[in-house]
Amino acid sequence: MSLEAARQTAERVARDSYGRLLAYLAARTRDVAGAEDALAEAFASALQSWPSDGVPDNPDAWLLTVARRRQTDAVRRRQTRRAGEAHIQLMREELDDAALEEDSIPDRRLALMFACAHPAIEPGMRAPLILQTILGLTATDIAAAFLIPPATMGQRLVRAKARLREAGAAFAIPDRQDLAGRLDAVLEAIYAAYAKGWTQIGELAADRLAGEAIWLGQLVVTLAPDEPEAKGMLALMLYAEARRPARRDAHGAFVPLDAQDTALWDRAAIRTAESLLHAANRAGPTGRYQIEAAIQSAHVAGRLSGRPHWDAVVALYEVLLELTHSPVVVLNRAAALAETLGADAALASLDSLAADPRMADYQPYWATRGHLAARAGQRQDALEAFNIAVGLSTDEAERRYLIARRSALQDG
Amino acid sequence: MQFMLLIHGNERAMMEATPTDATGMTPDYAAFNMALVKAGAMVAGERLRPTADAASVRIRNGRTEVLDGPYADTKEQFGGFYIIEAPDFDAAMDWALQCPASRHGTIEVRPVVQS
Amino acid sequence: MQFMMLIHHDDDLLAAAPPSLWGDYAAFNQALAKAGGTSGLRLEHASKGRAVTQRNGTTELFDGPYMESKEQFAGYFMMDLPDIEQAVQWAARCPSAQYGTVEVRPIWPTRPQ
Repeated sequence: MSLEAARQTAERVARDSYGRLLAYLAARTRDVAGAEDALAEAFASALQSWPSDGVPDNPDAWLLTVARRRQTDAVRRRQTRRAGEAHIQLMREELDDAALEEDSIPDRRLALMFACAHPAIEPGMRAPLILQTILGLTATDIAAAFLIPPATMGQRLVRAKARLREAGAAFAIPDRQDLAGRLDAVLEAIYAAYAKGWTQIGELAADRLAGEAIWLGQLVVTLAPDEPEAKGMLALMLYAEARRPARRDAHGAFVPLDAQDTALWDRAAIRTAESLLHAANRAGPTGRYQIEAAIQSAHVAGRLSGRPHWDAVVALYEVLLELTHSPVVVLNRAAALAETLGADAALASLDSLAADPRMADYQPYWATRGHLAARAGQRQDALEAFNIAVGLSTDEAERRYLIARRSALQDG
Repeated sequence: MQFMLLIHGNERAMMEATPTDATGMTPDYAAFNMALVKAGAMVAGERLRPTADAASVRIRNGRTEVLDGPYADTKEQFGGFYIIEAPDFDAAMDWALQCPASRHGTIEVRPVVQS
Repeated sequence: MQFMMLIHHDDDLLAAAPPSLWGDYAAFNQALAKAGGTSGLRLEHASKGRAVTQRNGTTELFDGPYMESKEQFAGYFMMDLPDIEQAVQWAARCPSAQYGTVEVRPIWPTRPQ
């Protein structure tokens, strides 16, 4: 077997089972960084021995065995009494595990995700940590998607893993009474990764991130099939993803929802989203992601049927606002209110945000203000808001769209 | 007219110069600052943290790249600046000569575009 | 935390920039001002600069540009932000990121005299 073929096999295994192997290894020692090192060494050994010895029948089990040995060695090298005890414990496990067959490597990825979304980890680092441990993305790739300097992202990941160890975070699925709250943190991290990929549509790294987030969402639904919010979040991501091909015209220009060619929507993805949402609503209480998915469902139905759906959307935003008190919801509700009560009422509903310092550099706030003010005939305010929104845009297509709206207002 | 004095120097050496007075500056710089202020020439001035703390962004073909460090690796690093008011370029060069960094680095003097 | 945002322009790219660049810049300035940043400072081209260095009692004067490089320092903005992440966000919004490199550097606080 050639080195190239060995590398390809190793890469395929890496993509399929990286997170599964790492979760298993990390759960043994509660040391993510150490487990990563051990797994990296196992992959390096594979590249050395597979070309001459051939790829083993069960590459996962082979990698796991090598990585476990490395982990045990590393613990032994530390030479302390506690390490000695840990070493004996690992040896015992190793004997137990020796009986493991390929299919029976326990899937501890959900437990690893819970650890990554542990309260000791700052919320902004939970998504990067999950992307690295479950998917094996490099710090450089994650940094590019999150627009963070690579060294900064690398340092933060190292710090987060150290914190996990110090906090003694359990690599376990929380008890029933804690589950919902802790699951929220996992879902929030995955959705944050998706949102990065959604807003920065021109970015290759970010496009890929959206796909990875959906993959993670599917994983959570598979591993926690009784959790309606997990289904709600996956549905929400799929509704958005289904519309991705329609968000740009042939010239790469931005197309808003109400002008999108619905023939370009991915109907299969929409059907999957609908059935997930249906299952979620049937199975459990209504949470944030289920409501957001229901709003997307209403938008899709409204566009496809041509029947007005805005009253339902406004009502859903009211429920969501009650639940989250989020300024983003206030903003989205305003856009819906413009369709039911008119632009003046919609603008008035934004008054509560005007003094919020977080809005100063929040592009969607100024874009929404611009659209609403233009509809309300407040030309000066609309021009100013559009101008600020243009200045805050990082996406070229969206910038051009806003500039066109601004020009239309100036000429009109 | 306004001019920018850009201080380029070996940042490691600049780091090793221990600040000794209450302003957090070396006495040389404190004296230079005082002179600028007294002459009514001081508009602004800042010292930068080392280039290791920098990040750079460039966008090409719609792709945003974020890099660690400054945009270029150079023998001397940009470490701080002054904005000064001076009647002409020669007067600005006189200030540059008095700037302590001219003795171990290079002072670049650039006219500011009048708005 | 104070940050300096340094603009480095590639003359060739800048010469080919569409006229809309200056409109984009006006919008960027307004957005930055709204968020509490200072308006920027533009410099005359690097070739119009001079430089001075003194060693062992000898003074050397040069005519610009100080550095022979594809991209030249062209101006800067100052911003007060919670962390470098926010600074990088602003750098990505800066129209010059498409015609050169936008660098962000944290300022070293010195106490007022």
